[in-house]
Amino acid sequence: MIQKPVIRRAIALVDCNNFYVSCERLFRPDLEGRPVVILSNNDGCVVSRSQEVKDLGVPMAAPWFQLKDMAKKHGIIAFSSNYTLYADLSNRVMQLLSQFSPEQEVYSIDECFLELTGMKELTRYAEHMRSTLRQCVGIPVCVGIAASKTLAKLANHVAKKQPGYNGVCNFNDLPEDQLDALLDKISAGEIWGVGRRTSLRLQEMRITTALALKRAPTKRIRAEFGVVLERTVAELNGTACLELDEITPPRSQIICSRSFGVSVSNLPELEQAVIAYTSRAAEKLRSQHSLASCIQVSLRTNPHKPQEPQYQSAITVPLSAASDDTRLLCRAALSGLRHLYRSGYAYQKTGVMLSGIIAAAERPRTLFDDVAAQEKSSALMATLDQINRRMGSGTVQLLGEGIRKDWAMKQRNMSRRYTTELNELALAHA
Amino acid sequence: MQLSLTPPRSASVLLSMTHPNKELFYRQRALLRRAVPAGFPSPADDYVGQRISLDEHLIGRRESTFFMRVAGDSMRGLGIFDGDLLVVDKALPATHGCVVIAVVDGEFTVKQLLCTPEGQVLRAAHPDYPDMHIKPEQDFTIWGVVSWNVHKH
Repeated sequence: MIQKPVIRRAIALVDCNNFYVSCERLFRPDLEGRPVVILSNNDGCVVSRSQEVKDLGVPMAAPWFQLKDMAKKHGIIAFSSNYTLYADLSNRVMQLLSQFSPEQEVYSIDECFLELTGMKELTRYAEHMRSTLRQCVGIPVCVGIAASKTLAKLANHVAKKQPGYNGVCNFNDLPEDQLDALLDKISAGEIWGVGRRTSLRLQEMRITTALALKRAPTKRIRAEFGVVLERTVAELNGTACLELDEITPPRSQIICSRSFGVSVSNLPELEQAVIAYTSRAAEKLRSQHSLASCIQVSLRTNPHKPQEPQYQSAITVPLSAASDDTRLLCRAALSGLRHLYRSGYAYQKTGVMLSGIIAAAERPRTLFDDVAAQEKSSALMATLDQINRRMGSGTVQLLGEGIRKDWAMKQRNMSRRYTTELNELALAHA
Repeated sequence: MQLSLTPPRSASVLLSMTHPNKELFYRQRALLRRAVPAGFPSPADDYVGQRISLDEHLIGRRESTFFMRVAGDSMRGLGIFDGDLLVVDKALPATHGCVVIAVVDGEFTVKQLLCTPEGQVLRAAHPDYPDMHIKPEQDFTIWGVVSWNVHKH
């Protein structure tokens, strides 16, 4: 009898190391070996840390103002987040990685899953992936390979944390007892899909490590936690339950909300911010070829200043017909804002959310549709997007967005947009 | 109604104001604007080529190509001037004689790379700038290879 060879499932998770810091260092080689952090919007919290900063014990999401003394002492260099740069480099990384596998799931800005089932010498293949990325884009990555997505995540964790692996860890190459020894050293809370609350409840059941969860009785896990965690247990045991999602479904909500650089009390400035955020959201809406039926506007004061009078509110404004026209969306958003606005408060944040999102191709026809106006609107919006894509975002905007934008976010230490703006290129000394 | 390919602007505006059915008007106008094939086909039809794209010509691999700006005149001898735009491909191997972007002591520099038995040398293309011999302990990497430079006249 001929036995069919069993092909073991192999999924890779490729994750960029300290991605935002790596992006900054690519164009600032003098920062190699020095402690660097990237701050969130408005320069609030730490969102990316170089290894040197991690070694100093700075936790993720630490508020920057608390770190100022430490930063001075150790010479920590802080950057405002430069998402234009990170997005471009991320696209390059993902494009290159897509050439290594017929199936790719881009999971976030700095990580993706690759289907490698059936391929040979995977550890060497992954090493080749790493050196290609290092050479072609200059971004260091770690690769974890295993029989399921959950295990691939853990393999990546090992590749990243344990220096002996040199950035590549292939669980499929390890004998069972060696793999179990590794899983025994990883706490259950590190497992993909195990949140803080679940891990606390697991602790009560004396399940503290990845190995313990792998060996947990599935029936009991299902009864206590449900089918999602049961699936995680199966994945830990090497049975792939989660497939690669190649196409991200269009977002069903689009949110654009930001804190102001300084608090804002007057209506005209709030209106500018709302128009600016609505314009960004409408741009995103059009880029995924959708229409929105509702727009929600929200407004709030600073909850971290309890001595000041507090107010927060939100309102949803329906549109008479689903639309992607910045002008119509702004009109609706402004009417909402005027409804919410109370004078005498120092506002810290406003935001808009588009919902009731449908595909533009499925625009419901009504008796009162003005087809000519709709066509004119699409043409205008397409032109607007094209100009802003070609000449830089914000080249053409609604005047209501304001020119000076005193309320705009604080981004004091933003690096240059080295890859997307011709007048911000890196200098090569000759 | 006048049957020309591009009706005079004023007539079109007038029509749009007087036409009883606006939508029908726009559709009719769109039809009129489309070129109607008549007479002999153009003898050049079979020879239509893609217009030259500098993007395609200068950028080999989109993922690994970056642009940089030259600051300084040490590369004049090789036709690289202050303010020029450099097309840098990180994927190209840096071999003897290449113009490279090197990182020396944390700074980008554009120079010609020479691989000699005594080690790597960065050479300027200007008599005032001496060769730079790379010592093993020096902080030195090759960031990318310059594939083109674009000079504005």
